[in-house]
Amino acid sequence: MKTQIPEMRSTEQLREKWMKPEVITGSEILLRSLLLEGVECVFGYPGGAVLYIYDALYGFSDFHHLLTRHEQGAIHAADGYARASGKVGVCIATSGPGATNLVTGIATAYMDSVPLVVITGNVATTLIGTDAFQEADITGITMPITKHSYLVRDVKDLSRVIHEAFHIANSGRKGPVLIDIPKDVSAATVLFEPSETMNLRGYNPTITPNRLQLEKVAAAIEEAERPVILAGGGVVYSGGHEELLEFVERTEIPITTTLLGLGSFPSGNSLWMGMPGMHGTYTANHGIQQSDLLICIGARFDDRVTGKLDGFAPKAKIVHIDIDPAEIGKNVHADIPVVGDVKTVLKQLNKMVKRTDKADAWRDQIRVWKAEKPFKYKDTNDGLKPQWVIEMLDETTHGQAIVTTDVGQHQMWTAQYYKFNQPRSWITSGGLGTMGFGFPSAIGAQMAHPDRLVISINGDGGMQMCSQELAICAINNIPVKIVVINNQVLGMVRQWQELIYDNRYSHIDLAGSPDFVKLAEAYGVKGLRAANKEEAQAVWQEALETPGPVLVEFVVHKEENVYPMVTQGSTIDQMLMGDCE
Amino acid sequence: MMMNHAIAVLVNDQPGVLQRVSGLFGRRGFNIESITVGQSEEPGLSRMVIVTKGDDHTLEQIEKQLYKLIDVIKVVNLSTMPMVSRELALIKVKSEPAERPEIMGLVETFRAAVVDIGTKNMMVQVVGDTDKIDAMLELLKPYGVQELSRTGVTAMTRGNL
Repeated sequence: MKTQIPEMRSTEQLREKWMKPEVITGSEILLRSLLLEGVECVFGYPGGAVLYIYDALYGFSDFHHLLTRHEQGAIHAADGYARASGKVGVCIATSGPGATNLVTGIATAYMDSVPLVVITGNVATTLIGTDAFQEADITGITMPITKHSYLVRDVKDLSRVIHEAFHIANSGRKGPVLIDIPKDVSAATVLFEPSETMNLRGYNPTITPNRLQLEKVAAAIEEAERPVILAGGGVVYSGGHEELLEFVERTEIPITTTLLGLGSFPSGNSLWMGMPGMHGTYTANHGIQQSDLLICIGARFDDRVTGKLDGFAPKAKIVHIDIDPAEIGKNVHADIPVVGDVKTVLKQLNKMVKRTDKADAWRDQIRVWKAEKPFKYKDTNDGLKPQWVIEMLDETTHGQAIVTTDVGQHQMWTAQYYKFNQPRSWITSGGLGTMGFGFPSAIGAQMAHPDRLVISINGDGGMQMCSQELAICAINNIPVKIVVINNQVLGMVRQWQELIYDNRYSHIDLAGSPDFVKLAEAYGVKGLRAANKEEAQAVWQEALETPGPVLVEFVVHKEENVYPMVTQGSTIDQMLMGDCE
Repeated sequence: MMMNHAIAVLVNDQPGVLQRVSGLFGRRGFNIESITVGQSEEPGLSRMVIVTKGDDHTLEQIEKQLYKLIDVIKVVNLSTMPMVSRELALIKVKSEPAERPEIMGLVETFRAAVVDIGTKNMMVQVVGDTDKIDAMLELLKPYGVQELSRTGVTAMTRGNL
C-alpha cells in the first residue's frame, strides 16, 4: 500500500483560479478563502449544519480533507499539524454536539498558544436562540478559550472574517480563532471578492522591542555572575531558535528550556541544563534558584516551572521577554520587561551582548551539577523500564523524529530521555495537559511532514481516549508509529497517590483495557508487543521498517515513578530525587 | 492597596462584546462594582465605564488582559487623572402626605428632584458622584426606601486630556 497523502499544487498556481470574482455560496467562499490563506489540509466531521459546506467539498481536491472518527480527533490533529508546520491548523465540525466536542481541543490550543482556525456550523440565523435541534451557543461557550471568535450573520462578511481569523490566529501571541457559520449563511450567495481588508483597530501586537529596555538587558548581562536563560515555547513559535543559539554562544549563559521549549535549543550543547520545574533536572532548578540574573524568553512562569512562587529565584534580577504584555508581571515580577517578538528581540540583542566574563565560576558549577546529577533510573533485565524504552526510541532515531506525547508519566519520561535538537519536533499538551491529545496530534504532524518519521508516545490511559483515529491511519495509510507505554495503571495519578496520599490507590487500575495489538489489528493497523528488552528492540526495528502505521505496545513496570519531583508547595530546589540520587 | 478605580474601555459595538469584557473579569477573579455601556463619540464604538476594586498589580493585569480582547480599542484608568464621575439613582421612598415637605426639603438641598409622587410614596432622582448618592440615600432611609435603582458610574477626564 502506498501512502495516500497527495501531492499539493502550490497556492500560487491555484490563486489565479480562486481569485476570480464570482457569485458563489458562503460554503464556496469558505473553501476559496481557506485556499487563499494557504491551507493544504483540513480535519473535519460533517453533520446537519455543515451540509452545504460538505456539499461544496464534494469532489473538491485542491486541499485535503481528512475525515476523523471524532471531532476531538479532528481538532487535536489540526493542532499537531499547526505545531509541526508553524502554519494555521484548520478543522470543521457541525453545530451543537459537533462544536462542543471541539471544546477540549480549543482549550488545549489556547493554553499552548497554537494557531488554529476552528470552523463550526450553526443552525440558521432564523433559528438561533430558539433551542433548535443541535443548537449550541459555541461562540459563548468558547469565549474564555479562544483568542477571538466570530458568529457570521451575513454572508457578505465571510470573506473578511476568514482573512481576519487567519491573521489573528497566527500573529502576536498565537491562538485558536473560532468562526461559527449558520446554515443559511453557508447557503446564501454573494459576489465573492477575495478580502485583503481587515477591520482590526484594536489589534496591534508589539513586534519590535523598546531599545532602552534592550540596553538595560545588555547591561544586566554584563554585570551578571550567575546568569541563567529560561527559554519557552515562544522561541519555537517565533522561529527564533537560531537567534537563541547565537545568543547563548555569544554570552555563554547556561540555558534551561521549558516543556514547550524543548527542541528550541540543541540538547547536546554543553550549556544546556535540561528542563526545569516539577520533573526538571537538578541543574536547571538549582541554577534558577541560585541565579543572580534570570532571562526568561518566551515562557510564562507556569506553576509547574516555578513551584512555590514565593521563593522562586529569590536572588535573581528578572528579565522577561514576551510578545504578550499580559504575561509580564502576571506571576513573577519583571525587573526588566521587554515586550516584543522573541526572534526580533534576540536578533537585536545579539548585536549588543558579549561573553559573560564574570560567570566563569558559575559555568564550572553548572558543569559539576550536570555531571553529578543527571536523570537516572534503576534499570533491570527483568521486564522493561519505561525510561529504557524512551532511551531506545531516542537512540534508534538519533533524536531526529517528530515525537508527540499524551499526558502523564510517559510524557515526562519522554521530555527527560528523548534528546530533542530541532524545533517543532516535540508536540505535547503542556498547559492544559489533555489526555487523548498524543495520538491524533501525531496524525496532524504526519500530514504536515509526510516524509518524516513521526512517533506518537502514549500511555495505556490516554491511548484509549482517542484510539478511534486508528481508522484514519489505516484508511489513509498515515505511517505514524504509535507507541503505547503500558503499565496497566494511570501512572501519574498512582505516583501522587503513593507519594502524597499514603498509598491509597483510588480508581487508577486500568486492568481490563483492550489488547492493544488486537485493537490495532481490528482497524487494519499492524500491532506489535514487547515485554522485555530483546523483544522491544526487535519489534521496534520491525515497526521502523514497516512502511505504514504500526502500533507497538511496550509492557512496562507498573510501580515506576518519575523523578526528580517537586511536590506542590515546595520551591523548585526542594526536590525528591528518588532514583536520581 | 485596594482602591476603587474607574476604567474607561472603548470597544467595538459588536454583539457579545459586553459578554467578552464581563466574562474576562469573572474568570480572572477581577471585581466589578459597576459597569455602564453606551454610545461613544464615534459611530460603531461603545464606551464602557467599569468601576473595579484592586491593588496596583490587579489594575495592571486588568488593563493588559482587556487589551488582549480584539474588540477592545482603548483602555484608560480614569482614576489616575483628574476626572468627573457621575451616577444617577432613582429612589422610591415611603412618604405619607404629611411627610412630603420634609422630604422635598432634603431633595432640594441635594439638588435632586422629585420626579413622581404617589399617594404613599415619592420617587427621587439624584445625580452626582457616588458619595453624594450614598449620602442622599442615608438621609432617605429613615422614611423607608421601597425601591432603589442606580445606573453605576460613568466618567470622563477633565480638560484637554
